[in-house]
Amino acid sequence: MILIDSLAALAILAGAGFFMAGTIGLLRFPDTFCRLHALTKADGLGLALICLGAALLAGSAGEIVRLVLIWLFVVLSAATCAHLVARHARADAAAARNTAVTKETRP
Amino acid sequence: MIDALVLFDLVLALAIIGIAAGVLILRDAFAMIVCFVIFGLLSALAWVRLAAPDVALAEAAIGTGVTGALLLKTLAHLRGRTLSPPLRVKGGLVVNAALCALVTLAGIGVFLATPIGGAGLEGLVAQNLAASGVAHPVTAVLLNFRAFDTLMEVVVLLVAVVAVWSMERGIARAPAPVMGEVYAGFARLVLPAAVIVGAYLLWIGAIAPGGAFQGGAVLAAVGLMLLITRAYTPLPAHRGAARIVFVIGTALFAAVALFVAQGGRATFEYPAAHAKSLILIIEAVVTISIAATLAALFHGREPVAVSVRETRA
Repeated sequence: MILIDSLAALAILAGAGFFMAGTIGLLRFPDTFCRLHALTKADGLGLALICLGAALLAGSAGEIVRLVLIWLFVVLSAATCAHLVARHARADAAAARNTAVTKETRP
Repeated sequence: MIDALVLFDLVLALAIIGIAAGVLILRDAFAMIVCFVIFGLLSALAWVRLAAPDVALAEAAIGTGVTGALLLKTLAHLRGRTLSPPLRVKGGLVVNAALCALVTLAGIGVFLATPIGGAGLEGLVAQNLAASGVAHPVTAVLLNFRAFDTLMEVVVLLVAVVAVWSMERGIARAPAPVMGEVYAGFARLVLPAAVIVGAYLLWIGAIAPGGAFQGGAVLAAVGLMLLITRAYTPLPAHRGAARIVFVIGTALFAAVALFVAQGGRATFEYPAAHAKSLILIIEAVVTISIAATLAALFHGREPVAVSVRETRA
């Protein structure tokens, strides 16, 4: 029992560490794409570890299934959100470049 | 040695106050909305710490999710126009400050007047839970003991959508945003699952945290996604059906409340044998009404073809 408890604590702590790393990345990285990279990767893994720790402590199979589903849907939506934000940022950058070019070529 | 959870609560409380101050101090509307959403999420966490998962669910789903979407939609609506400078009324600041002080003082007064560690109404609810027809005390209070309050909450939503439809009309002509294949795959997978989660929240409300408002908010989120991607576009022909869906929750709730008031029973006094079925039927219909109403509020206008002259005016 103590072994399982400490394994769960270890997994949750490691997960919190990944969240921390992701947050530092979000605050410190220079542009949108780097920040997204730090945020989604680190948070996906962090949440997986926290869910793993919680699953080790879970009382029933139903709880474990729910934890897995929660992780799956959060990761799916985080990845999709990151993709949408990145698309938007890229389109914005392209639009800004185009206006810059038109301004330069204007006589 | 301070309990680790007390430390956590302290940090949480300070964070909530800090972010609330941020919402008020910030000058950029988008940053304000982001702060407001974070404020909602932290409040939901605080409700969990106060052992009120029902309120936490409602705060996260309606107070944060749907309200955040409504605020962002409003911001998009205002984009390109400059916000008119706030109207300065002479002495307005003093009146505002006085009213805020009054509310704060009343809050302090209520806090001080409440007996510490008093029993509250918990015992009364627990005593009568068996007669309510449901096993979850919060649902018993919302749909049975204080059903009138809940009916009024549903009416508030109905009034809101009536007001929005009276003020703004027209059909969205902006091209559908291109979301890409990743989003399409995501929507295919998540939308059906979200419908199941909404129905599950409604069903589980009888025995555990959940219920009509939480389930309705999740279903409204499905509606929001359909509206954003133009998978569904409200058309003038749909108005009749939409009006029926908006009203049916309030109408059925009120009808049941009045219908049971016979044979010596008062309004809202469900016969014990049918209490659970009646509550579930009311909740199911109210859920659909709430979902449709919230989605309509997000859409923000009555879908009517307005003439060119009317648009220009």
